[in-house]
Amino acid sequence: MSVTNQDVKKVARLARIALPEDQVEPMTDELNNILNWIEQLGEVDVEGVEPMTSVVETSLPMREDVVTDGGIQDKVLANAPKSEDGFFVVPKVVE
Amino acid sequence: MTDLTGLTLSDALDGLNSKAFSSEEITTAYVDAIEKANGALNAYILQTPEKAINMAKASDARRAKGEAGALEGAPLGIKDLFSTEGVRTTACSHILGEFTPPYESTVTANLWREGAVMLGKLNMDEFAMGSSNETSFYGNVINPWRRNDGGNADLTPGGSSGGSASAVAADLCLAATASDTGGSIRQPASFTGTVGIKPTYGRASRFGMVAFASSLDQAGPIAKTVKDAAIMLNVMCSHDEKDSTSLKVEQPDWTKAIGEPVKGMKIGVPKEYRVDGMPEDIEKLWQQGIDWLKAAGCEIVDVSLPHTKYALPAYYIVAPAEASSNLARYDGMRYGLRQAGDNLTDIYQNTRAEGFGAEVKRRLMIGTYVLSAGYYDAYYLKAQKVRTKILQDFQNVFEEVDALLTPTCPSAAFALGERMDDPISMYLNDVFTVTANLAGLPGISVPVATDHHGLPMGLQVIGKALDETACLRVAAQLEEAAQFKAKPANWWSA
Repeated sequence: MSVTNQDVKKVARLARIALPEDQVEPMTDELNNILNWIEQLGEVDVEGVEPMTSVVETSLPMREDVVTDGGIQDKVLANAPKSEDGFFVVPKVVE
Repeated sequence: MTDLTGLTLSDALDGLNSKAFSSEEITTAYVDAIEKANGALNAYILQTPEKAINMAKASDARRAKGEAGALEGAPLGIKDLFSTEGVRTTACSHILGEFTPPYESTVTANLWREGAVMLGKLNMDEFAMGSSNETSFYGNVINPWRRNDGGNADLTPGGSSGGSASAVAADLCLAATASDTGGSIRQPASFTGTVGIKPTYGRASRFGMVAFASSLDQAGPIAKTVKDAAIMLNVMCSHDEKDSTSLKVEQPDWTKAIGEPVKGMKIGVPKEYRVDGMPEDIEKLWQQGIDWLKAAGCEIVDVSLPHTKYALPAYYIVAPAEASSNLARYDGMRYGLRQAGDNLTDIYQNTRAEGFGAEVKRRLMIGTYVLSAGYYDAYYLKAQKVRTKILQDFQNVFEEVDALLTPTCPSAAFALGERMDDPISMYLNDVFTVTANLAGLPGISVPVATDHHGLPMGLQVIGKALDETACLRVAAQLEEAAQFKAKPANWWSA
């Protein structure tokens, strides 16, 4: 399987990474280079093999569904590029 | 006074315990050493000398009251992947800007609880994506080791924990934290003549570690000796409710493994690790390791791990896929870099284009592609099935042997720039280490010899899940047999 420039533009949009026109072709080549190398996995017979979900046999722990943290608005906002009156300031989303 | 920075962690703790010197004295020695060396090596991206001295004074005060912890007064370096409260943490990515965590990672909190002192934050490949520390936003780290050919070419310390490895090798900390997703502790350890151990997945908490590939990421130390690595590991690992994959299992005192006789242990030598074009130096090193363990009474068993060659391609599906999901959080809204744009999507796209470096973008593109509609089964699901086969390979051989012996890397340190043009040749650095990540197993690299250029090379011991003890026991035997005492000549101190 190989990707086209069109595929790469679509993936860049999905990944939310701006990709200037002049970088599309080089990126396509790089991805194809890597994807072609990955193709060798096709040789492995995985008939009947379960996909791995956890490397170490363990069950997910459960806990009471209660609040364990909070009341730290200042800390939450401390690294915000922009904040005001205890809120994150973000660009307008709905016109 | 002797040069305090040349001490091992173990000897330094003895010196502190016997009051031969104070934490303030050894910390000051390190602060001075870093000041002189960092311009040349770029191991630290953030030095915290005032914090260090304050922590050292507090440590001395605790010790005076008889309240010494397991690492009391020991100055350490912290990989920039670990969140440190009030101290900038960026995983060496531009996208995190001046991010200053309001919380502490569990691993570093464990260190401070036991009295350790922080010297600063260590350089690394951006988001731990790289094997040469050339993808850091803060520039390359230089390996203190140089080839003995007189060329004085700058060599890579390996990656992604290149700052940790370079700092330990150049005596710029007693030991350092590091992390390993595909070999990022063990490969730099091998390139710098230091010891690095990745414990079993789930031993160390991932809380507060900047996430790369969550099913593979694991913290561990880089240190000067096997014993030092065990001392660090004892403190870094813990069960943690804040990480749902953290294991609730008994944790032995790993320092007790050091010096335990290895007589009667069965050591597997996997034939698939004898790759085409492997340098003669590496072949020799491996055989030497086999001979040492035989002489110490181990039984050497030839074993086969048939799916080894598929580990790296599987990794380059699984790791980018998980990264594309993990790194989706960097949207420029709540922290880090935000770039301007005409609308919200533009802002996201511009922020991420500006904030991520080339290798990170490449992997995010691969990850997004393999997870996208129509390709999930062909790539991600397939890779996870191959991963099961790789784990089964290990489980089969571990019915027969106690540990595996392999080279850590297919080469010694290479020159900066040498492999940046070809991602796949860079990825091949991790060919011997990545299998342990995919299978969640513990692995250690121990330096045992130098190559024809006088550069250090390591051997790797891979153990059964939760059997770090076997790794440390065998590594300590190799260390004892090798008597590897070579140090790089100090050219870096201004």
